[in-house]
Amino acid sequence: MLEMQNLLLHQDGFKLLACVPYLGPKIYAVMGPSGAGKSTLLLALAGFMPLESGALYWQGQEITACRPAERPMAMLFQDNNLFPHLTAERNVALAVTQRKAVSLQTRKNIQTALARVGLGGLGSSKPGQLSGGQQSRVALARVLLQDKPILLLDEPFNALGPALKNDMLDLLQSLAQERQALVLMVTHNPQDALRIAQETLVVSDGTVSPPMPTAQLLAEPPSALAAYLGNNATRR
Amino acid sequence: MAPRIVQIIASVLIGTFVILPLLAVWRQAEGTNSLGPADWSALRFTILQASLSAVLSCVLAVPLARALSRARFFGRDLIIKLLGAPFILPVIVAILGLIAVFGHNGWINLGLKSLGLGGFSIYGLHGILLAHIFFNLPLATRLILLGWETIPKERLRLSQSLAFTPVSRFCLIEWPMLKTVIPSALVVIFVICLSSFTVALALGGGPKSTTLELAIYQAFRFEFDFEKAAILGLMQMCLSLAAAYLALVFALTDQLGIGLDRNIHFGSLPIWQNIVDGVVIMLALMFLGLPLFLVLVNGLSSIASLPLPIWMAALRSVLIALGATALCLLIALSLLSRSGEVLATLGIAVSPLVLGTGLFLMARPFVNPFEISLAVTLLVNTLMALPFAVRILRPEMIQINANFNRLSLALGMSRLGWVRWVVWPRLRRPLGFAAGLTAALSIGDLGVIALFGDAERATLPLKLYQLMGSYRMEQAAGCASLLLLLSFGFFWIFDMWGRRNA
Repeated sequence: MLEMQNLLLHQDGFKLLACVPYLGPKIYAVMGPSGAGKSTLLLALAGFMPLESGALYWQGQEITACRPAERPMAMLFQDNNLFPHLTAERNVALAVTQRKAVSLQTRKNIQTALARVGLGGLGSSKPGQLSGGQQSRVALARVLLQDKPILLLDEPFNALGPALKNDMLDLLQSLAQERQALVLMVTHNPQDALRIAQETLVVSDGTVSPPMPTAQLLAEPPSALAAYLGNNATRR
Repeated sequence: MAPRIVQIIASVLIGTFVILPLLAVWRQAEGTNSLGPADWSALRFTILQASLSAVLSCVLAVPLARALSRARFFGRDLIIKLLGAPFILPVIVAILGLIAVFGHNGWINLGLKSLGLGGFSIYGLHGILLAHIFFNLPLATRLILLGWETIPKERLRLSQSLAFTPVSRFCLIEWPMLKTVIPSALVVIFVICLSSFTVALALGGGPKSTTLELAIYQAFRFEFDFEKAAILGLMQMCLSLAAAYLALVFALTDQLGIGLDRNIHFGSLPIWQNIVDGVVIMLALMFLGLPLFLVLVNGLSSIASLPLPIWMAALRSVLIALGATALCLLIALSLLSRSGEVLATLGIAVSPLVLGTGLFLMARPFVNPFEISLAVTLLVNTLMALPFAVRILRPEMIQINANFNRLSLALGMSRLGWVRWVVWPRLRRPLGFAAGLTAALSIGDLGVIALFGDAERATLPLKLYQLMGSYRMEQAAGCASLLLLLSFGFFWIFDMWGRRNA
């Protein structure tokens, strides 16, 4: 379980307070108006931004001072999740080794991960030769190999069309369930949240609210979220 | 990218080799006050020729850029690429070619004589202007062409749907663009021509057409008057600084930019305009291509029979170029920061000849300066190419950091892994390009070496200059062809290396 104890983030005069006592092995959506600090929150959790104050705990252990790679987290950014000059296989391999020679076992694991995301046989392609959806899958395969219990997603599937995006969300959901992972997924689309996240954290007015059941939250949104979503957003 | 200590060492190194020579020049000039009328006239002539060169290059570039921007024909892209070639073309080779066309026994003069008209001399102001236009017309054309490409397509479509006449199209669309592009092109060319030593050396001279740099050279080489050389160096230094300031004010877009191959659609043109465009492009191609063509035609066959001393000079040039390339890239890689870029630009703000003068004065108490002429050449070539190398590498490095820093942190990459898997493969292409430019610039450079090179320590460009001076034109053509092949060959090899697998 992940605990955010009075995390205070400070960036260019913008402040965000996060106090979330418990997040378990589930998929959580992170919603809120643009510029409210959703991405900032994820970057801070992943260790890319220093905290003003507060502490972060994972399974009862403080990880506030850990470097990004030492944290129990893998993150998918909005873009630049892959090195365009390296093959899919090498991109995935970098999750476990930086050596040129890859052990037989690792190679097997890479193949398995690529197959699991539906890219078997495409390991030697470079990202430029793959479609947008396939690129997202390579990044997911790498996350699988990184084998971290927490996954942070900063709208990585945003550039995909609706059908492809739903495919990716479903894949993500089954992977998360398989591994009992904790997923925090930034999204501005209520449909995405409803699709895979039972609970949602709202980021607005400088605070991160504790998780609420997604369906309930979208049915009766608090005022800041309601203004952002508009009247018809949750109508199905 | 580089550790802090490496950055500091590189900065101190550059500072030392730029500032100390300038101080040496300053100290030498102190207390003497021997500025004669000849020196003032050198200053006036320097400014005059640079201004005229800039204006003429830009005026001629406008119709050429206009024609290239809208004409569509096979080879157009190649021509636009070739417009970047003068940057790495050895100046002395181009001058030999220009003499073959415009010189006393050149095609033009022979033609004029056969028509019973008086010939003209390539030496003096108009020769200098001719050479400067040869080198800077392509640069101006590229800059102006870039301006044409920045005109929004919508505006061109609008002009078509409103049925603009050519005149109103020029007034409303093209002239406003030219007004923003031409000043920066003028300034760049003006700055380049202020310290273009080789052209003045080969085509200038005499009381009426001596530039400051040529005067420094003469004071140094023939009068052994170091005080005078130092004072002239000081004048050139002030001029360079003023020009550098000008260039900063008229900050310009990337002049090395590639990708000018977008075609502008003005709709269908009347046939006479197509003909005019064609003629303009043909004339420009002849002006730019014929001299080099003649050098190769006259010289290629005699390369094999060049005597040993020339081959030795070629070897020296190649070694200097390789040394300068390695040193330049090493320093550039440790200076890929904002302050590093400013520091690297120092080398361009100071004229190579003044730098050479300073290094000479510094070395004189300790060694015979002539003995270290090759090392000094290597050093000055490094400093000359450094601003270009930094400007080529830094944008890519910024891009790499912006795009992949977080990802590599998330993956816990070591410093070595970062260099091996991210920086090296992504930086390789600009690295190859920068290496090619440096090597070509260095191989063709005739600057400091003219100050204190002697027969045993001549580089290939100096040998070529000496051959031209003694009118051994056949050997000169062979030597020039060899130099041309070497400079373009090295550029090509390095550039290809960078592109491989990229």
